[in-house]
Amino acid sequence: MSQEVLLKVKDLRTEFFTSKTSSVTAVANISFDIYKGEILGLVGESGCGKSVTSLSIMQLLKDTPGKITNGEVVLDGVDLITASDAQIRDIRGGKMSMIFQEPMSSLNPSMRIDKQMIEGICLHTDMSKEQAREHAAEMLKKVGIPDPQRVLKNYPHQLSGGMSQRVMIAMAMSNDPQLLIADEPTTALDVTIQAQILDLMKKIQKEEQSSILLITHDLGVVAEMCSRVIVMYAGKIVEEAPVGILFNNPTHPYTQGLIASVPKLGSGVKVLPSIPGSVPDLSSMPEGCRFAPRCKYATEKCRTQEPPLAVVGENQKCRCWLKIEE
Amino acid sequence: MSNKEQLQNEELQQQNANFEAEYIDENVAYVADSKFKSFVKKFMKRRTAVVGFVIIVLLLILAVVGPSIAPYDPAAYNYDNMFAKPSAEHWFGTDHYGRDIFSRVCAGAPLTLGVALSSVIVGTIVGAVLGLLAGYYGGWIEMLVMRGADVLFAFPDILLAIAIVAILGPGIVNVFIAVAVFTVPSIARMMRSATLAVKSSLYVEVAHSLGCKDGRILFLHIFPGTTQTLIVNFTMRIGSAIMAASSLSFLGFGANVTDPEWGAMLSQARSYFSTAPHMLYLPGLVIFITVLAFNLFGDGLRDTLDPKIK
Amino acid sequence: MEKNKILSLKNVCKTFPVGKTLLGKPLNFVHAVNNVSFDVYEGETFSIVGESGCGKSTTGRLINHLLIPDSGEIWFQGKEISKISQDEMRPIRRDMQMIFQDPAGSLNPRMRISDLIEEPLLIHTDLDKEERMKIVNELLGIVGLSAKHAQRYPHEFSGGQKQRVGIARALTVNPKLIIADEPISALDVSIQAQVLNLLHNLQEKYNLTYVFISHDLSVVEMISDRIAVMYLGFVAETAPKELLYGNPLHPYTEALLSAVPIPDPDYKKERIILEGDIPSTINLPKGCPFAARCSKCMPECLETRPETKEVEPGHFVACHLYK
Repeated sequence: MSQEVLLKVKDLRTEFFTSKTSSVTAVANISFDIYKGEILGLVGESGCGKSVTSLSIMQLLKDTPGKITNGEVVLDGVDLITASDAQIRDIRGGKMSMIFQEPMSSLNPSMRIDKQMIEGICLHTDMSKEQAREHAAEMLKKVGIPDPQRVLKNYPHQLSGGMSQRVMIAMAMSNDPQLLIADEPTTALDVTIQAQILDLMKKIQKEEQSSILLITHDLGVVAEMCSRVIVMYAGKIVEEAPVGILFNNPTHPYTQGLIASVPKLGSGVKVLPSIPGSVPDLSSMPEGCRFAPRCKYATEKCRTQEPPLAVVGENQKCRCWLKIEE
Repeated sequence: MSNKEQLQNEELQQQNANFEAEYIDENVAYVADSKFKSFVKKFMKRRTAVVGFVIIVLLLILAVVGPSIAPYDPAAYNYDNMFAKPSAEHWFGTDHYGRDIFSRVCAGAPLTLGVALSSVIVGTIVGAVLGLLAGYYGGWIEMLVMRGADVLFAFPDILLAIAIVAILGPGIVNVFIAVAVFTVPSIARMMRSATLAVKSSLYVEVAHSLGCKDGRILFLHIFPGTTQTLIVNFTMRIGSAIMAASSLSFLGFGANVTDPEWGAMLSQARSYFSTAPHMLYLPGLVIFITVLAFNLFGDGLRDTLDPKIK
Repeated sequence: MEKNKILSLKNVCKTFPVGKTLLGKPLNFVHAVNNVSFDVYEGETFSIVGESGCGKSTTGRLINHLLIPDSGEIWFQGKEISKISQDEMRPIRRDMQMIFQDPAGSLNPRMRISDLIEEPLLIHTDLDKEERMKIVNELLGIVGLSAKHAQRYPHEFSGGQKQRVGIARALTVNPKLIIADEPISALDVSIQAQVLNLLHNLQEKYNLTYVFISHDLSVVEMISDRIAVMYLGFVAETAPKELLYGNPLHPYTEALLSAVPIPDPDYKKERIILEGDIPSTINLPKGCPFAARCSKCMPECLETRPETKEVEPGHFVACHLYK
């Protein structure tokens, strides 16, 4: 695998302002790289900041109370945070595109599919309308839609969930993006449809040699799709490792607990080990390590000092005092 | 599973349970008490609504103590001082019998506000019960209530009130009945849709599943969910009730012309509009401010109670 | 173990009207549940799995008498309950409670935790306030909360804690059967395990019978004794857990099992990717409901609906492949 960096996220901090003076930090100074041609998984439970991370990368926080207060997001030498609106518009949907969890609500319900797709293509290329239409049909065929001409004439409500997610993928891929950000792309879909969509994403990624940032809470999807994984907890990265190492040798107690608490098909257990307690509220983060209140190994140090994200093995980073002191 | 594993598992479970109990104690947010506080805080942000609220409070105080603080006897004739312009002595001037208009406004406050408030309260209670039953049971009850409401809605508000008074004859009690009746359909309609919304919520289905009787579901589970909408609509209706009551009196259907009812005062002032416009303007202004205050307050209340608006 | 039938469904059907003609007659019908039959034995966990729209939740609501079937019979503890009135059903609810998917939506936001848990006792028993509160506090402890939480409101709790309250509510009247409709799918991964373990412990403690409705095959494997796989409102296959996972007979079950993502990157498997989407339940296919997506589809599959056959002891399947 080539180790050329495509997207560099450095010290990214995103806060949500509840009033002019008070804010909660959803993403607390995270740094990571996405390499060319890889599928990077971003895993975590609700409220861990994984979706906010993706919106921050896409610069989609404009109309929300959220604001990036620190850090840089560099794609191909351009810092997206300081880039102008025109630059961002050019990059978004061009070099970088996104698919969302709810395929149904991500499509404009009052516009035919062809109009929506052509609009996206014409914005980023010099194609004429007819060429764009042809290209759109080609893309739909690529994502496994049997009769693209019919689907192009449909309105979104005439499509099923799996079909609209295919259309979303076709739209996202229509300008050959280098980076595709997929935020829980299959969570709203059924298992058999999920299998279709995951299969499709893998196939397209291989053909186009693009990179995917796959955001999900489902460890099964991660194991199946990703080459590298980042685990987030309460706005921080707690572990980063290649997928094989992460599942076979997780180092952070949270990752260990998370992997252990998911039932595996065919394992035959009746009782699962579980992580006690629940995710801390963003407005009242514990001092020290954020996982300490739920961690059975926590020491006094964990409760007072925050551990850094340290390299603990080959390609593996972990934010835990126990591993740093070993 | 081997015995040893099972033992281990049980131990783990126990540990987790203990941990859990402690953990929750420390981490469950204490926000319950601040519910009222945050409501007040949010409401105070709406300036116009606060102004409305202050005016309403002043008006209510006026309605209670008004007759006793009136500087003159509101019914005392004074033929030496007819049509006096507003002055330091007579703030609102005097009318065609030389009665002090400010005193009459004070004395009329309990009458005007009393009729409006009591009729809206009665109308709202009847409307709420009908709407609740229509929304919950559906079927012929809903059919009856909603078609009845449609019929009443077919008349413009004030025309309906006039029609009722025309049938019952003039008089303050009949004005009260008329205003109450024209409050019923709009409250019933709003209450029905609020009931339908709450009725379809999962916790009502859970109540059915637990075996709750209809009465319990209706009054313990559904009704509290509709109170916010009800309060807001109630407040908004008071403004239009004052308008309606005053209008009826103005048209001569309501209070006795000698009573210091605000609308009746306007009705009498009409004849002297060219010579003594203050007789019309000043009580009219009081009605205007009162209705405006209730509407502003209602608007602010609706925004405050809407969780989607910050 | 002596097998006592506690619940039995016989050819249960349920349709919902969609749309209206000018005369107010329904335009079409959604065939949500079609000819569903199965038995549930005392003390076991019987799971219903399937994808969205397969009728599993409707089946749960039919059993709980929240919906009335169009035809068919539902026997609970030796009594036919599908056509009885709400008043006749009320005492039966003591023995049959339900847990719902959305823990936040299932608790009345304006009631305190203690009032919520107390409610079934008010309905079903004549206990006085003191006795009721004693039970409430005891139950809070059993589900992993503490008596201190009794005076709080639901919105002060996290999703997992709310689901614990939901479970406590269902337990107050000592039911025999609990219908759990996707009880953990709205929860976070690490919380799911907590609630699953709680359900498992409660079953052992009180000898509960569960009807567990879920779309998650890994969870179902963990908790169930027997499983029914539903597709398009039909039961495709019913079998004890070992047989269903070890030897799935229906092509749909096979595909479903192979589609589950396994949280183990070293695990390699043949995946069956089904073509197409789940058809609509308004116009049911004439033949086998799965025929349109089935890789083993034969001509007769398009023509006639397969009968349910017992292929090996306890293993029922509705497919023309098995004669």
